[in-house]
This record gives sequence, structure tokens and C-alpha cells, in this order.
Amino acid sequence: MPLLSIQNLNTVFYSKKGEVKACSNINLDLEQGEIVGLIGETGCGKSVLGMSVLNLLPNNARISGKIIYKDLDLLNLPSNKMRQIRGKEISLLPQSPATSLNPVVKIGSQILEGFQLHRGMKKDIAINSSIKILNLLGLKNSEKNFKYYPHQLSGGMKQRILAAISITGNPSLLIADEPTKGLDALMKAQVVDLLHKLTKETGTSLLLITHDLKVASSLCDEIAVMYSGEIVERGSAEKVLNNPYHPYTQGLLKSMPEKGLHPIKGYSPSLLEKLPGCRFYSRCPLRNNKCNNSEVPYKEIDGTYVRCFGFD
Amino acid sequence: MTLFKNKLALIGLVIIVIIAIGAVFAPLIAPNNPNEQILEQALKHPSIEYPFGTDEFGRCIFSRVLYGSRISLQIGVTITFISSVIGITLGLISGFYGGVIDEIIMRIVDIFLAFPGLILALVVAGLLGPGRLNVIIALSLVGWMGYARVVRGVVLSEKEKEFVENARSLGASDLYIIYHHMLPNVINPVIIMASIGVGYAILSAAGLSFLGIGVQPPTPEWGSMLSSGKVYIQTSPHLTIFPGIAIMITVLAFNFLGDGLRDYLDPRSNIQKIE
Repeated sequence: MPLLSIQNLNTVFYSKKGEVKACSNINLDLEQGEIVGLIGETGCGKSVLGMSVLNLLPNNARISGKIIYKDLDLLNLPSNKMRQIRGKEISLLPQSPATSLNPVVKIGSQILEGFQLHRGMKKDIAINSSIKILNLLGLKNSEKNFKYYPHQLSGGMKQRILAAISITGNPSLLIADEPTKGLDALMKAQVVDLLHKLTKETGTSLLLITHDLKVASSLCDEIAVMYSGEIVERGSAEKVLNNPYHPYTQGLLKSMPEKGLHPIKGYSPSLLEKLPGCRFYSRCPLRNNKCNNSEVPYKEIDGTYVRCFGFD
Repeated sequence: MTLFKNKLALIGLVIIVIIAIGAVFAPLIAPNNPNEQILEQALKHPSIEYPFGTDEFGRCIFSRVLYGSRISLQIGVTITFISSVIGITLGLISGFYGGVIDEIIMRIVDIFLAFPGLILALVVAGLLGPGRLNVIIALSLVGWMGYARVVRGVVLSEKEKEFVENARSLGASDLYIIYHHMLPNVINPVIIMASIGVGYAILSAAGLSFLGIGVQPPTPEWGSMLSSGKVYIQTSPHLTIFPGIAIMITVLAFNFLGDGLRDYLDPRSNIQKIE
């Protein structure tokens, strides 16, 4: 049984312009200790999927389908039970280290939050545990940092503090939402290293949401490629990144700088648009009439699930 | 930059400390019993025995002003504390939850603001009857709206920040976020408002006492001393001058401190100084 099983997940935002379908019919399984990468371009619904798992979406969002964690149905959990899950069982490593720490609260008390919320630890024990975690993440002299405010630390330090905060509850699943966003190459390498360490040392599963294919390839066991709210290809990282089937994944890989920087022409359709067939139709080099008219089923090719008619 | 580079703030703080020491050690410092009436010494001008002179009942004005500072500080600080606690609580709830709750609380604020503060306090104090406690209740009731509005404004912008979402993803409840993440963000503006607020509360309390619905004689209170001295203002002006100066200096000191704190705690005012 997988640790996390997302079944037929649909997340819809009700807006004045209509229904924004940010996730449609998502199926995704995550095994214990596994690193699954969720890749795709900006606005394809990756982050919404991550936040759907935590049930942390604005009021105008409706989530349907099933999210089974261990043997709990997360979408039907009462809110106080869900709070017990967040941070303790499933934790989030947020996007931007610069704004995810409260600027007017000292680092120390922000690190201790997780311990206080979930383990009910006494302060001195909690301090020792958090120092251990920070040492694990390669932040020395962390006791000194406890007295600082976030603006007194560098971006890399903040990233590690946030990583420490996210694992204080000893979660079984960590959702990292674009942890390398806006970082330079050196910092990126550090974060990748950090996530690698984190998962290896604690045995935590990781759902890595990213649009950085290199980060994904160096960390992930499995990769799911998202396009316009749908998962279009899912399989082992090696296969998906080296031998992609879906034309979108192929295009995505071709657009990488070292592969010649050939971007896919056109734009992804608005999530407001309801399309009868494949959502990639308008940009696809392999399209035919069938693609635009009927729903595209998943096809298993060599262990990879692909959502495309091109392989009949 | 430290707070004390601002000369006025430093002066304000020193004056407040002196007044506070005077209030605490009034029984040791006061040369005479503030309530002892020696009628043959009535309306004496300032002398060594009576530094500020005596009033119409022969009571030592210096001792009365000194004891009066106890009551003024007590009332001022209590009013500010109560009204800021009410304001902070309602502001936090209003800003954080928004929607109908916000609407209701803010309309209540609007209603309270529609009345002129001191007049409303007059009515409340008039209804409750005179006395120290009633002055505190009346002025607390008209002083909390500013805090609520400021706190709500800060919370409205802070609650959208990512650290709130981060706290939620850690399993924090609304109450936890309000207490641990919103409150620290509102505390700076509240401190600034409160330090100026103490001065205003002292002034208002003295005003109510002057009008006879505040602290009652013979309790030494600056406002009621002004009130009873006004009859003798032409022949013995020291009856009104000294309590008046006491009120002015105290209020001024709190204003100076408040202004200094604003410059000190506001990051933007620091940037301007670098130029």
C-alpha cells in the first residue's frame, strides 16, 4: 500500500470569470521513502496539487476525489484532525525562504513551533532537538542563530532553517514546493544536497514540486509531468527524462539550455477553458483529428504512463 | 540608532521617570500631609515650608501635586492598558477573520467614533457617577477604537504573507497564528500609540475631574485641584498654576516619548536619516 495515494483528484477554483480547473483527474501514488518529482511549467497546477494534499487552499476552492494517506481519507478529515496531520505527518517546505519566516519573530521561537505544536516538548529539550536537526542540515553554531531575526541571516541559512522547521514534527511525507525557486546555481546545489540528506537520514518521502528539470533528475525516483492541470506522463525519473514519450515532455526537455534551448511554441491554454480533447493539442507537433475530439486515456508503455494518442 | 539619540525622547523619558519616582516615593518626599487642613495657613504663597504655597484650606499644594501624580499615572496607564487590550483583541479578530465578523466589529468602531470622545466619556461618567473607577471605565470605553483600526490594518496585510501559510502547514490553529504571528507584528504601532495615549488619557481624566465628574475632592487630583483653584485665580494663581504645569509637563513628556518611539521603531524613518 502506498504512503500517499491521490485518486481522481479535481481541484476547482470558483472565480468571477468561471471555474478554474487547476487539477483535473490527478492520479498519483507515493511509496514510503520515495522521491516523486512533479514537474511542469508555471501555472500548470503543481503547487495547487501540493496544497490540495495539505487541504490548505483558499475558500473558493473545491477539492473532490480521494487523497488517502496511510489509511486516512484526508479530504474527509475534520479540521482539528487535519491540523494534527499537517507538520506531524505531512509537512511543507515552502517556496521562498525570504518571506516564509515571520520577520518580527526570532529564529529560535520559529524553529521551536513545530516541537511545541506536535510533540508537546519542554523548551530545553526542544532546543536540543532543533540544534541536532540544524547540525544535520549543516548549520553550525545554530544556538547563536536562535537570537537572530530572519533578516539577519542569509538566504541559504533561511532555507535550512525552514527545512529544519518543516521536519521538526518528524513527518513521513515532505512536500517541497519549488525549493530552488530564484536561487543561484550554487545555492541550488546546496538545496538539492540538503533535500537528499533530509530524505536519506530521516527516511521521509518527498513530493518535489519544481520546474527545474535538473533538480528533478538529480533527486527523483519517479517523475510526473503536469500540463495545464493534468498529469500527462508519469514514470521512473530515468525513463521520463531520457526517453520521454509525451510530446510535451519531449518539448520540455528540448527547451533546456544544454539541449539547444528550443522552446515549445505557443502558450498553455487557460485553466478556465474547457477542452474536449487533449489540452496540449494546439501546441502539439504530432496532433491529429482524434486528439481534439475525445478524452485521452492513459496508456502504459514500458512502465511509463502516457496520456497521448500518438502511441496507438 | 538608539532611542536616546533623539533628544526629545530622552527628555520625555527622563521626565516620566522623575514623575514616576515622585509618585512612588510621594510619602517620603512630600513635606506635608496632602490632606491636612490648617486653615490659618490658607492661600499662602510659595515658601520654604510650602514650596508651591497652600490652597484655600491650607493644604500644601506641593504635596498634593506630588500625590496627584500617583492618581494621574495610575489612571492614565490603566486606561491605556484596558483600551489597548480591547482594541488589540477586536482588531486581531476583525482583521484575521474578515467577512461578517470584520464588518460587525468595524461598524461598532464607526459608531463609537461618531461620538466626540470626551463628550461620550462625560455621558458615561455622568451615568456611572463620579469616582476613579468610573473615569477609567468611561475613558477606556472611548479610547479603544484607534487601536482596533490600526491593529486590523496591520493584520489585514500580514495575514496574507507566506509565513502564515507556512505556520498553517505546520499544523498551527487560527488562535496559534493570531497569538504567535500576528501579535508580534502589531506590537510596534501599538506601543507608539499607547505611549502617546497615556498622555491623552491623563489629560482627559484631569478634564473629567475638572468638570466635577471624575475623581472627587478631597483626593488630591490635578484636574479637581484646577477646578477648586479657579475661583482664586486672580488673587492666588499658584493654586492653578502648579497643577496645570504638572499636567502639561506629564502629557508633553509622554508625547515626546511617543514621537521618539515612532521614529525609533519605524524602519522607514531610519532610512531617511542615512541620506
